[in-house]
Amino acid sequence: MGKEQNYIEDLAEIRSMMERSSKFLSLSGWAGIMAGIYALAGAWIAYYFFGFNPDKIVYNIIDSAQELSDLSMVIIIAVLVLILAIGTAILFSYKKSHKKGEKIWNATSRRLLTNMAVPLLTGGIFILVLLSNDLIGLLAPSTLLFYGLALFNAGKFTYDEVKLLGIVQMVLGLFGAYFIEYSLIFWSIGFGIVHIIYGIYMYLRYDR
Amino acid sequence: MKSAKVSFDDIHKAFESRIRLGIMAALAVNDSLDFTSLREYLNVSDGNLASHIKMLEKEKFIGIEKSFVDRKPNTKYFMTKEGKKAFDVHLNVLKNILDTQK
Repeated sequence: MGKEQNYIEDLAEIRSMMERSSKFLSLSGWAGIMAGIYALAGAWIAYYFFGFNPDKIVYNIIDSAQELSDLSMVIIIAVLVLILAIGTAILFSYKKSHKKGEKIWNATSRRLLTNMAVPLLTGGIFILVLLSNDLIGLLAPSTLLFYGLALFNAGKFTYDEVKLLGIVQMVLGLFGAYFIEYSLIFWSIGFGIVHIIYGIYMYLRYDR
Repeated sequence: MKSAKVSFDDIHKAFESRIRLGIMAALAVNDSLDFTSLREYLNVSDGNLASHIKMLEKEKFIGIEKSFVDRKPNTKYFMTKEGKKAFDVHLNVLKNILDTQK
């Protein structure tokens, strides 16, 4: 039954092509694990060395030079964590797509990034607005909320699990916004522990 | 499509090539794709892809949309209604053949 074998392969090729051409499947579990580790390290440094642990929404940081410089350091740490996480994700995705003989910059990755970029840029600007109004307590929950929205939106164009990851981040963001005094903990759970769990799961499921 | 009557004769010749099947599958899940994207997904040479595209175009299964991006010509391909219908029929034929021979 050579012909039948052929049809089975035809169907398999059709299915794989539909998936390959509509979803970006070169995200690596390792990127999630590493992002989680950077986030936990960043949160710890911000808390331990710069006393970042807001327990109310509004702070008049302009009053104290020390607090202002501490907050600047926390922001620098956050940006560093972000750059490291994105850099690691690109590196691992590049390796994975290279191994599959695909280009990392193609129609699917472009679609994935545009769909993430819109909520993320909005969130970035919103965070600047919060900062300029001394609404320090809402910083950490806002990053969770907009990151969650971005992931949920991007979930259509990559692994389905990314959608669930987005929902988890949004829920943690909402809790963080309500329980401001625990917002750094919720942030560490979301960006740290949840990323690591997600990364391990994705690694075991898709990368091995 | 009655499953019992389905036979190998029902396979449209446009779908006898796996590359053409691949083109149709990619266009089935994308509004439109340019030549480069198709070539990357299928991993074939320019000439090879062009000839398969030509054949599908002649069958009116895919259409062409020409435009300019940064003053460079950009050709995009999309699946016609006719193509979508034929492709769906073909998928059913494949599934039925495999089901009846189980």
